[in-house]
Amino acid sequence: MNTRTLELLVGLFVAAGLVALFMLAMSVSNLASFGGDDGYIIKARFDNIGGLKVRSPVAASGVRIGRVSDISYDLEGFEALVSMSIDPQYNVFPIDSSASILTSGLLGEQYIGLEPGAEEEFLVTGSEIDITQSALVLEQIIGQFIYSKADEE
Amino acid sequence: MIYLRGRGKGVLDSTLNRIQRLGRTTLAAVSRLGRANVFLMEVFAGLSGMLTRPGLLIKQLFSVGVQTLIIIVVAGLFVGMVMALQAYYALVDFGAEDSVSVMVVLSLLRELGPVITALLFAGRAGSALTAEIGLMKATEQLSGMEMMAVNPIERVVAPRFLAGVISMPLLAAIFSAVGVLGGYLVAVELLGLDAGAFWSQAQSKVELFEDLGNGMIKSLVFGFVVSWIAVFEGYDCIPTSEGLGQATTRTVVYGSLAILVLDFVLTALMFSK
Repeated sequence: MNTRTLELLVGLFVAAGLVALFMLAMSVSNLASFGGDDGYIIKARFDNIGGLKVRSPVAASGVRIGRVSDISYDLEGFEALVSMSIDPQYNVFPIDSSASILTSGLLGEQYIGLEPGAEEEFLVTGSEIDITQSALVLEQIIGQFIYSKADEE
Repeated sequence: MIYLRGRGKGVLDSTLNRIQRLGRTTLAAVSRLGRANVFLMEVFAGLSGMLTRPGLLIKQLFSVGVQTLIIIVVAGLFVGMVMALQAYYALVDFGAEDSVSVMVVLSLLRELGPVITALLFAGRAGSALTAEIGLMKATEQLSGMEMMAVNPIERVVAPRFLAGVISMPLLAAIFSAVGVLGGYLVAVELLGLDAGAFWSQAQSKVELFEDLGNGMIKSLVFGFVVSWIAVFEGYDCIPTSEGLGQATTRTVVYGSLAILVLDFVLTALMFSK
C-alpha cells in the first residue's frame, strides 16, 4: 500500500472518530436541532409546564404534528411561554384551538396536545393560543385530594 | 540445622521446595513488573523520535486503528440495537419506553463504549502488536537494529504504543456513536417510538463532561494500559515460537482483566457521589 492511500485512510479514521465525538456531544447538548425544521411557530402560555422540554412532541388526537421549539419564562404575565413548531402540512388549525400539557403513560414523557376549535381563521406563525391547560402535577393533585378528604370529615 | 532421617526428611524437603517455588514465582512476578515499568519509561523517552519521523506513527495508526474499525462499527451497531430492544421490553411494562434512549446512550457512553472497545482492541490490535514485536525479537531484528545503532524502542515500540493510545478514544467514540444510531434504528424505526422523544430524553439526562467526558477518559486509560501490556509482552517474550504464542495469549488475558478491573476502579472514582 502506498503512502498516499495509507495517510488517506488514517486521515479518514481520525476524522470519523472526531465526527463521532461531535455527534455524541451534539446529541447530549441542546444546541443541535436534528433534521430540517421548516414548520410555522405558534405560542402558548401555561401556568405550569411540568416536565415539558424543548423538542417534546406536539400532538393532535395523538398524532404528532410538531415539536416544542422553545420554552421561556415570561416576566410580564409570570407564566411559561412555550413556542411550538408545527409541521407545514397541518396549517389549518382554527385560531380558537386549545393546548394542554399531557403525559404519555404513567411515567412517560410530557407532550402538548392540541384540540382544534371551530373558528374560520387559522393559526399562523406568531399566533398565540389563548385556551391552555397546564400540566398535572402529581403533588398538587394528591394535596387537593388530602384536603378534600379532610373537609369531608 | 536439624538432621532428619527417612520419611521426615522427605516431607521437610518437599515443603521447603514448595516454599522456594513460591518465592521464585513472587520474585519473577516482581522483577517482571519492574521491567515493565523501566520499559515504559524507555518508551516515553522514545516518543520524541516520532517528531522527526511522523510516518512511523501514521503507519501504525493504520494497522492499529483503521484495521480495527470494521469490528468496532459492527459490534457497536449490534450492541446498540440489542440494548434498545432489551431496554424496550423492560420499560414498556411501566409505560416508560420513552426512556429507552437514556438507557442506551448512558450505558454506551459510560461503560459499554469504552469497555467493549478496549476488549475488542486487546483481541484484535493488542495481540497483533505482541506477535509482531515478539517475532521481530525471535528473528533477532531488534538486536540487529541495536547493532546498527538504531534504538528499537524508539523505532519499533514507541510508534505502536502511541498509535494504540491515540486510536482507543477515537474507536470508543465511533463505537458509542454507531451504538446510539443502532439504538435509534431499533427504537424509532422498528419499535415505533417517537424520534423527538428519543433525542430529547437523551439530551435531558446525559451530561457532556460528566458522561461523555468521563467515558473518553476511561477509554484513554484503557488505551494506555492495553497498548503498554501489548508492546511489553512482545518485547519481553521468550524468543521461541512457543514463547511467542504464550506472550500473545497473555496480552489478551492480562489486557482484558486489566480493563475490567480498571473499569470498576474508574467507575467508582467517577460516578460515585
